[in-house]
Amino acid sequence: MTDPILTAAAERRLKKRHAAERRFRLYGQLAIVFALGFLAILLGRVVQQGYTTFWTHSITAHVYLDPARIDTSDLEGNNFDYLAAGDLLKRIGVKDDELGLASGEAMDLVSRDLGFRILDRIKADPKIIGQTLTFTVPVKANADLYYKGEIKRSTPAGDRKLSDRQMDWLDTLKAKGLVRGHFNSGFFTRSDSTEPEQAGVLGAVVGSALMLLVAALIAIPVGVLGAVWLEEFAAKGRISSFIEVNINNLAAVPSIVFGLLGLVLFVNWMGFPRSAPLTGGLVLALLSLPTIIIATRAALKAVPPSIREAALGMGASRTQTVFHHVLPQASPGVMTGIILSMSHALGETAPLLMIGMVAFTPGLPETLTSAASVLPVQVYIWESAAEAAFHERTAGAIMVLLAFMIVMNAAAVILRRRFEKRW
Amino acid sequence: MSLTVVIVLLLAFSGGVYWLGRRRAVAQAQAETPLHSLPGYYGTWVALWTGVPALLLLLLFLTVGPRVGEAMLSANPPAAVAQMPPETAQAFWSDARALAGGRATSAQPWTAEERAALDAKVVEARRFHNTLTWGSFALAGVLALAGFLLAWPRIKPGLRARNRVESWLNVALIACSAVAVLTTLGIIASLMFEALRFFQVVSPLDFLFGLDWQPQIAMRADQVAAKGAFGAVPLFAGTFLIMLIAMCVAAPVGLFCAIYLSEYAGSRTRSVIKPLLEVLAGVPTVVYGFFAVLTVGPAFRAFFNYIGSWLVEGPIDPVGRYLMGVQGEMALTAGFVMGIMLIPYISSLSDDIINAVPQSLRDGSYAMGATRSETVKKVVLPAALPGVMGAMLLAISRAIGETMIVTMAAGSQARITANPLDSVTTVTRQMVELLTGDQAFDNAMTLSAFGLGLTLFVVTLTLNVIALRVVQKYRQAYD
Repeated sequence: MTDPILTAAAERRLKKRHAAERRFRLYGQLAIVFALGFLAILLGRVVQQGYTTFWTHSITAHVYLDPARIDTSDLEGNNFDYLAAGDLLKRIGVKDDELGLASGEAMDLVSRDLGFRILDRIKADPKIIGQTLTFTVPVKANADLYYKGEIKRSTPAGDRKLSDRQMDWLDTLKAKGLVRGHFNSGFFTRSDSTEPEQAGVLGAVVGSALMLLVAALIAIPVGVLGAVWLEEFAAKGRISSFIEVNINNLAAVPSIVFGLLGLVLFVNWMGFPRSAPLTGGLVLALLSLPTIIIATRAALKAVPPSIREAALGMGASRTQTVFHHVLPQASPGVMTGIILSMSHALGETAPLLMIGMVAFTPGLPETLTSAASVLPVQVYIWESAAEAAFHERTAGAIMVLLAFMIVMNAAAVILRRRFEKRW
Repeated sequence: MSLTVVIVLLLAFSGGVYWLGRRRAVAQAQAETPLHSLPGYYGTWVALWTGVPALLLLLLFLTVGPRVGEAMLSANPPAAVAQMPPETAQAFWSDARALAGGRATSAQPWTAEERAALDAKVVEARRFHNTLTWGSFALAGVLALAGFLLAWPRIKPGLRARNRVESWLNVALIACSAVAVLTTLGIIASLMFEALRFFQVVSPLDFLFGLDWQPQIAMRADQVAAKGAFGAVPLFAGTFLIMLIAMCVAAPVGLFCAIYLSEYAGSRTRSVIKPLLEVLAGVPTVVYGFFAVLTVGPAFRAFFNYIGSWLVEGPIDPVGRYLMGVQGEMALTAGFVMGIMLIPYISSLSDDIINAVPQSLRDGSYAMGATRSETVKKVVLPAALPGVMGAMLLAISRAIGETMIVTMAAGSQARITANPLDSVTTVTRQMVELLTGDQAFDNAMTLSAFGLGLTLFVVTLTLNVIALRVVQKYRQAYD
């Protein structure tokens, strides 16, 4: 169907223009596909590398506490891991050589936790020496990787962490039902450790929670009240516009610079402890302050003047108007802004590195001033660890971190959907 | 008695005072002299006078108390310490503080004479600490009582208690918004202070224009090359290269995302895609770093090695051999992943700006027979150009200040190169390297991080100021 008025040349031009239109549209679609494709790859890779963290293997070891081999005068000096490894081998019918090399190799298949637990039992009750005790402990990280198929027999012997006979033993143990796969609850109930199989995220989660608590306690009141002054009380003049420019610029300052501020101001000048939730929380509070102020101002701006005028008309003072009427009306927007800024603070890493939060912290942080680790820093530390088993744990920790962020963001979205008013 | 107990006591006292003040106001009210304000305001007013000055004093003690104690302690150093080299003296003071606080000391061996001096200082430190603590607690108590006694007799029905409470509140509000300004001042002051100490050792010209970056050699004072080399140009070059790669990825993709979302996509598509892009924007940078190291880096390496294996023994054999040896840790990996991180940032900023272009401009263009893409290219984008440029500047400033991706994926060799397949290092990466681990604030190596930090702050601030100006001016033009 051609228009009789159009000449052939015009028709050609029109075709060309329409083709250009389609191309342009395609570029836009490709850009979206590119961005979302990488989002999918990113999340997919994290899950693919991390889901194995939540599954692990434990071994049931029956240990005969041979009185002949335990030196009761120096309990701490005994190598209980070695003792237990020998028993383990006997149980699967492997005879050790004279030098005990096989037991030494078998020792590398079971978590060092076993030795400590035997020691604790003997310390609690020395009479149990001579009995046979049963323990269930995690297998060593490399053995776990073998069961998960990450360490393969097909790899040349020099390139893998397990010898052929170690793999044979692992197969036998599994066949005898002494090794059992189960949900890795230890990952959520333990803190960082140098042994991958004993490392968990609990310490980092608690550290993150403490730090966010400090940041929230400071940033929320200061940010909301500051925004209230700027939006509702300040005369629109030089000072308020200076503060406004200042806040907008502060929101775009690189986060690592806030870390330097924290290092000099809090750690060096005020003598706050390094690597503590208190110091980190203060830095994160300053970091999230501009975001909270900007979000609160936007929410206050959205409240229509009629609300203020009605309250003032009824004889309320300006303060009463703002705190009894305007702020409650704006609170869904304010809450959304607060949650988003806190979720951002949760993922912040660089400023915390500046205040020394890269130290290895085994246990749980007990107070606000004791050394702690936080989730994103834990990810950074594990990522740079040499052991292959830490790689899946890194991805596992990322999954925990993302889960927290998703919960927070979902809460923000729900708040926005449920309570946001259209005036 | 710890600080927490004192604060709880103070709060409890203020609470009691609130109740008393409220009751007094109610008791005094009569038919002919009614209360000016609601009774609660009288209570609040007395409680504020009681609690706030004392709390401020405790806060002051909390923040500067330890410093004052240290200054008093080191005011008269013992003879043994005066002769020590600076590092040993520092260890001495930190040991004295640690012993006084019941913490673990350093492994420094002290001679008997030094030990005696140390013990004397420990006793002194404890004394100072106790004096300071109890002194400030007592002063806080006096302040609380004085505030109460001052305010109490003035509770009369005619007192404009609400207005007074509101002016207290007003001061608090102003203080809160001043915190943002104080933060900026704090950043400038702390960076300047430490950077000036650095520039006393290394001249600013050598730092800004030097071509050699080797801070590690400055570790020991007795070495020949004790001064180290602090020419930051390789770091600036590396930062610039990675920023350029990131913008090459993010600018077109982000802009096209914004154009598609605002000009083509229907409201349903928008409502699906926008939140997904927000998810991309919310992913922590450390996760991007992990992605760069374990996914993008190996993929790029495999890709270039594969291409290299094709070219080897061909007409451009050296190129092939070079590509065969490419490692995952390179500028391209970090820049590419950073580009992905910036896409949602650019897209949401540009989306706002494109949406601000008045519909009448588009309608005019359509009426003249232009297609959508022609309207976008010839009308909307030129109108939005200043704003889009502002968005790009903000993204550049973010790329320069981004830390985790480059720390994990870029490498640590300081070199000046334009080859994206080389490993380069950046300003932020070096700051992390210099400041993690041992932080002694007396050598040029640690202090150089503040020189870098100051440069970074000045550059990003300049970019932000320009960008925000442009964006704001542009918005006003169409409002």
